[in-house]
Amino acid sequence: MPKRTKMVDGNEAAASVAYRTNEVIAIYPITPSSAMGELSDAWAAKGLPNLWGEVPEVVEMQSEGGASGAVHGSLQAGALTTTFTASQGLLLMIPNMYKIAGELTSFCMHVAARTVATHALSIFADHSDVMATRQTGFALLASNSVQEAHDLALIGQAATLEARVPFLHFFDGFRTSHEVNLIEQIDDETLRAMIDQERVEEHRQRALTPDRPVVRGTAQNPDTFFQAREACNLFYQRCPEVVRQAMDRFAALTGRRYQLFDYVGHPEAERVVMVMGSGAETAERTVAWLVERGEKVGVLKVHLFRPFSVPDFLAAVPETVRSLAVLDRTKEPGAVGEPMYLDVVAALRQGAVAGEAPWAREVGVIGGRYGLSSKEFGPPEVRAVFDELSKESPRDGFTVGIMDDVTHLSLPVDASFDLEPDDEVRALFFGLGADGTVSANKNSIKILGETTDNFAQGYFVYDSKKSGAVTVSHLRFGPRPVRAPWLIAKAGFVACHQWQFMDRFDMLAPAAPGAVFLVNAPYGPDELWDRLPREVQEQILEKELKVYVIDAYGVARDVGLGARINTIMQTCFFAISGVLSEDEAIRRIKEAIQKSYGRLGPVVVKQNFAAVDQAISNLHRVVVPEEVTSQRRRPPIVSEEAPDFVQKVSALMMANKGDLLPVSAFPVDGTWPVGTTRWEKRSIAQEIPLWDPAVCIQCNQCALVCPHAAIRSKVYEPGLLDEAPEGFLGVDYRAKDFRGLKFTIQVAPDDCTGCHLCVEVCPAKDKGNPRHKAINMEDKSPVLERERAGYEFFLDLPEADRDRIGRIDAKGSQFLEPLFEYSGACAGCGETPYIKLLSQLFGDRSLIANATGCSSIYGGNLPTTPYTTNRDGRGPAWSNSLFEDNAEFGLGFRLAIDSHRRQAESLVKKLAPELGDALVEGILGAGRQTEEAEILAQRERVAALRRRLAVLDTAEASQLDVLADYLVRKSVWLMGGDGWAYDIGYGGLDHVLALGRDVNVLVLDTEVYSNTGGQMSKATPLGASAKFATAGKEIPKKDLGLEIMSYGHVYVARIAFGANMNQTVNAFKEADAYPGPSLIIAYSHCIAHGYDMRHGARQQDLAVKSGVWPLYRYDPRRGGAGEPPLKLDSGAPRTGVKEYMRNEARFRIVEKMDPKRFKSFVMESQKQAEQRHGVYQQLAGITIPQPVIADDDEGDTAQ
Amino acid sequence: MDLSTQYLGFDLPHPFMPGASPMVDEIDTVRRLEDAGASAIVLHSLFEEQLAGEQLANLTAVEDPADSFAEALSYFPEPDGYRLGPDDYLEQIRRIRETVGVPVIASLNGTTLGGWLEYAKLMEQAGAHALELNIYQLATDPDESGDEIELTTVEMVQEVTRSISIPVAVKLSPYYTGLAHFARRLERAGAAGLILFNRFYQADIDVEELEVQRSLHLSDSSELLLRLRWLAILSGRVQTSLAVTGGVHTSLDAVKAIMTGADAVQMVSALLRDGPDMLRRIREEVAFWLEEHEYDSLAQMKGSMNLSRTPNPKAYERANYIQILQGWER
Repeated sequence: MPKRTKMVDGNEAAASVAYRTNEVIAIYPITPSSAMGELSDAWAAKGLPNLWGEVPEVVEMQSEGGASGAVHGSLQAGALTTTFTASQGLLLMIPNMYKIAGELTSFCMHVAARTVATHALSIFADHSDVMATRQTGFALLASNSVQEAHDLALIGQAATLEARVPFLHFFDGFRTSHEVNLIEQIDDETLRAMIDQERVEEHRQRALTPDRPVVRGTAQNPDTFFQAREACNLFYQRCPEVVRQAMDRFAALTGRRYQLFDYVGHPEAERVVMVMGSGAETAERTVAWLVERGEKVGVLKVHLFRPFSVPDFLAAVPETVRSLAVLDRTKEPGAVGEPMYLDVVAALRQGAVAGEAPWAREVGVIGGRYGLSSKEFGPPEVRAVFDELSKESPRDGFTVGIMDDVTHLSLPVDASFDLEPDDEVRALFFGLGADGTVSANKNSIKILGETTDNFAQGYFVYDSKKSGAVTVSHLRFGPRPVRAPWLIAKAGFVACHQWQFMDRFDMLAPAAPGAVFLVNAPYGPDELWDRLPREVQEQILEKELKVYVIDAYGVARDVGLGARINTIMQTCFFAISGVLSEDEAIRRIKEAIQKSYGRLGPVVVKQNFAAVDQAISNLHRVVVPEEVTSQRRRPPIVSEEAPDFVQKVSALMMANKGDLLPVSAFPVDGTWPVGTTRWEKRSIAQEIPLWDPAVCIQCNQCALVCPHAAIRSKVYEPGLLDEAPEGFLGVDYRAKDFRGLKFTIQVAPDDCTGCHLCVEVCPAKDKGNPRHKAINMEDKSPVLERERAGYEFFLDLPEADRDRIGRIDAKGSQFLEPLFEYSGACAGCGETPYIKLLSQLFGDRSLIANATGCSSIYGGNLPTTPYTTNRDGRGPAWSNSLFEDNAEFGLGFRLAIDSHRRQAESLVKKLAPELGDALVEGILGAGRQTEEAEILAQRERVAALRRRLAVLDTAEASQLDVLADYLVRKSVWLMGGDGWAYDIGYGGLDHVLALGRDVNVLVLDTEVYSNTGGQMSKATPLGASAKFATAGKEIPKKDLGLEIMSYGHVYVARIAFGANMNQTVNAFKEADAYPGPSLIIAYSHCIAHGYDMRHGARQQDLAVKSGVWPLYRYDPRRGGAGEPPLKLDSGAPRTGVKEYMRNEARFRIVEKMDPKRFKSFVMESQKQAEQRHGVYQQLAGITIPQPVIADDDEGDTAQ
Repeated sequence: MDLSTQYLGFDLPHPFMPGASPMVDEIDTVRRLEDAGASAIVLHSLFEEQLAGEQLANLTAVEDPADSFAEALSYFPEPDGYRLGPDDYLEQIRRIRETVGVPVIASLNGTTLGGWLEYAKLMEQAGAHALELNIYQLATDPDESGDEIELTTVEMVQEVTRSISIPVAVKLSPYYTGLAHFARRLERAGAAGLILFNRFYQADIDVEELEVQRSLHLSDSSELLLRLRWLAILSGRVQTSLAVTGGVHTSLDAVKAIMTGADAVQMVSALLRDGPDMLRRIREEVAFWLEEHEYDSLAQMKGSMNLSRTPNPKAYERANYIQILQGWER
């Protein structure tokens, strides 16, 4: 029978088995495991059956805690159940894992192993999450490759049914979960042969059912718990044998043989490395290379880590071994060693003591850490470990893959070591996220792997930005299976899909001698050479590279594809590499285009076809001259004015060279300087907005909506214009508050992302030429230098006096300095304008607790971060704890601040005699400090206090000096997305609001899990298609505001800046001023809604006008004053909901799938919009009765 | 009275049918039109801009953010049934085919050669009996000559007629320099019929917001005159079917159109205003009129007033203008 092979990634490989062998799947999205759940949901939506002919039930829960609870229940009720998770998600499952194991439940879950957040969050791979479950009683089964993720998923599922010990099957996040490789697929027949139906029935027999009830989940006492806990031992003793049998059965069915511990290498190896996960593949390749060259080395690849079978381990290790290095992909600070190392030491000792392995006594064991957060672990690192093992006394507790210049634990690595075969093609592609490079490369390897004799592998590296994100694709293909889970260090083909990268990245460092360099440039073959920076020319000549050029953007424009150059560059790759004949390649690419874009329609398909045809005729070989001619060197990564830390650390990270930084370069506790985005000038916009003061009405709306604080306004003394650079524009300011001053709107040309939001909201049109507004997008390059100089000058202009601004509304607020700038958020982001506004209004006195999600990623993902300081050095203090605990985390800020303030006040009172009554009364009587002038006055008092404290040489004075700043009111903000507020963090949010403390909650409501890629949340509106609600969500969005209003003591506002900017500003001001908890729910348009973000503000307006998103402010203070606390800020629905819905792909998808369903969603949404308005309108008319309740005690006294 | 006519190769009991409009989006209305005796059903136009724009907008909205960020390689589910192309239009063709027994004519509206023309094939596959290619073009580009404009249209017609086997009618605007010659070219390119003329939506202006507003004005009988002249000029000179659209509101309007050579009479505004039953009334009144004026059949009347048969052909040409002006002076 021909083998069924397919190019898949590790997530699909595992999910394909899990889906077919289970009945219930309860999940919660978390990177990098989300795809397993999403695929399951997609398969279920298509009606694909499992082994028993049924479509599994796929449920998205509100958290991993919830998912594990549902899993536990489903298992208890007898269904074959699975789940997928990673990292913090796995940690949240631990309590249930104890229970599931304690109840000896057959269950196999699948984990894309990911770093657990410590000093920082990381989405990348290591085993810190899996290692945190060692103690739960789960069997831990490791896969080392994409094929293994497929195979061991089945072995785990089969074994758990037999063993009754629950299994956690895992593989490395990204490196395996996202690597695309050619696998042999397991067909249903093999699955059936592996899954013992009798055991399935036994599992069902153990179900809780009223037809033969038992009780589980009892509470036990000192008399019995211990013995009962030991009663499971036999199952654990038997478990390794069960796995071995499953592996043998699997081998008989498929020919692919696994062992609990797979030893590979010299039969008489003296030096052995023991490792688990993708690193084992790397070690195996390295060992094979070394053994070929006569070295006595080997690798022990671990599959079953728990239960750890000492006999199997001892049997697998060659007796000749003299030194053994155990590599752990985790770190346990303070432990004697990492977990696998400790197990091995104990196992060897047990073997020696029991006399089963007398040789074990002689083995020198060392432990080492590698690969934390996907740190590269390639053949050079493996070789470094073997080299260490050759030493007289090898270093125990080493690290490999980094340079540790502090505790000197790291091994030296020879990075030039290269074992990759010559008959394999290795190609690197540098692209932008939005140009489609990755999707084209995924297509290419699919073509190569599935339709030719080649084996192929693809791995894709993304940067940390959501706009202008850089992607690097690593492709290998050749005549043998590609087992190389490391990044390509020497490529025969390097493609630069973006001309601007030439100045930013050293793309040719990994180019092999004689390699091809394909460049997408707006220059012809005759012009290209002279445009290259000197460094690039040098490398081309030194390595004798063959250079090709294509103006892919020109071709894309000509065929009507805009900025999508993916098929063009893909065609060039095939044309140059010659792996397929030109005709064959074109035919295959076109087939792939039809497959990928067919669903979008024939226009897109045809345009892509045209792109393919045009690509070949526009591809040119460049004649390389014999010498370097360019005088231009690459510009420095950051300005010379940047602080030392940015120059030395951040700049290297920006240049993709962060791997080179040694341990000493880093803060020891994850504390980083703020305001670093200003040094990362990515200059990603092609067009930028330019200001025409003659048309401008000075409303500042452009500045308010800018998601990146890249367009700003200022008022300043006219005299300052004398120093202005040429082309800098300033006009008379026209309102009362700053009459006599000059006014300027200025763009930050290198920080603008070109999103058009500002131009779209600009209300001012030139009367003679209404197409021309006060802000207009124009080509950047001709004006770049002028605008750069202008922006530099603008930044140096003094900020307006905060207490002089006439009214803090949409306009006035924009004279406040933004302390959140140039984040990596998407171009046109709908969240960041709110955060920027918050930073303008209260940034100098606010603490922000940020739930994990988009806002924590663009808020805190290195290399640079957007929160910054004003000239006094004040700015938002920002931190991210977790996803689920953000409300509680932020409440903690409040508790600490209040405690500090109370202590400071006590000390002020205590020291009153020394401080003077006037000052003391001033400080203590400062009240809420809601106005800028009050804040300013209190800051001055605190300064005066400090001056007096300085001369008081007492312990109390110095205590007060430390705490004095807390006498100025702090504004605490709890911020996050709807996934946090509606789902995973809802319980905490509810509790925190119920406590009545003075915290402000900002919910950036995108109505979907944006950061993890568009999964449904409880905020997803009726009718929207999202992952886990493919056919459109049937349940309306939860009305969080109404729920919270029911407390009565919480300030609640629902806002949308695109509909009413002044209402937005007012809500922020009122929330901050309100002396209790406040909740602001902010409509945030998002790329996950599926339209061009330039129309974000207009869609917000439509949402409000159609009644989908009513605006209101509920202020309990009004209630006390006898007014209705709820004030409705938007009118009755004026436009149809349909108009709003049809503009967004999330709704349109439903229309395209099922027009009738869409229609019924529209009607239902319309009905709800009108009902909602009706209900709110009634509520807005309700005053809260204020009955006078007689004091019973007083009454008693009177009697 | 024998009202039968041939249009696009179909033998129709009479020439009266609804013109392209959203009227037929509701199956109920389609039924009412058939009940009123519509001799064919014409669907509303699928617009090139709508096809291309929507597809490209979807490409940008759905594909651009994909594969950009490690945590979110896509933002939307991709179910099998997920077709962002205008499948609902094709579905409507299928539904109308199932509902009615008369020919179903689909309509495609655009001006350039491009992927949107693929829809002609899909419309044929969905069951359309014939296709209207609606050339809705305003020549706004000063660099584009009349000949280039005509050539593009001719190529479009060639491409469409090559790719499908159902008859193709071309719906034109009156704004061509040499319409008679152009009509011939279209005939040679494979057009089976010409429809005179499409009506441009006229733009209005919002003087407060300084924005252009699109508005819809229904036609009236005065618009017919332009069509009558060109029907008369083309009738007998091209071998394609001719249809009139725009301005037929009464039975006399219809009689005039047939006399000047119309094989088919399409109505939209009249039906929108007075309902589908208007079709029946016009048909009955025309039959009555023919009887009253002792015609043998509608065929006898067809083209009787065209340029080659009318007693005073000059009246359709330049002299018409001069005489009226002179007559007015007098």
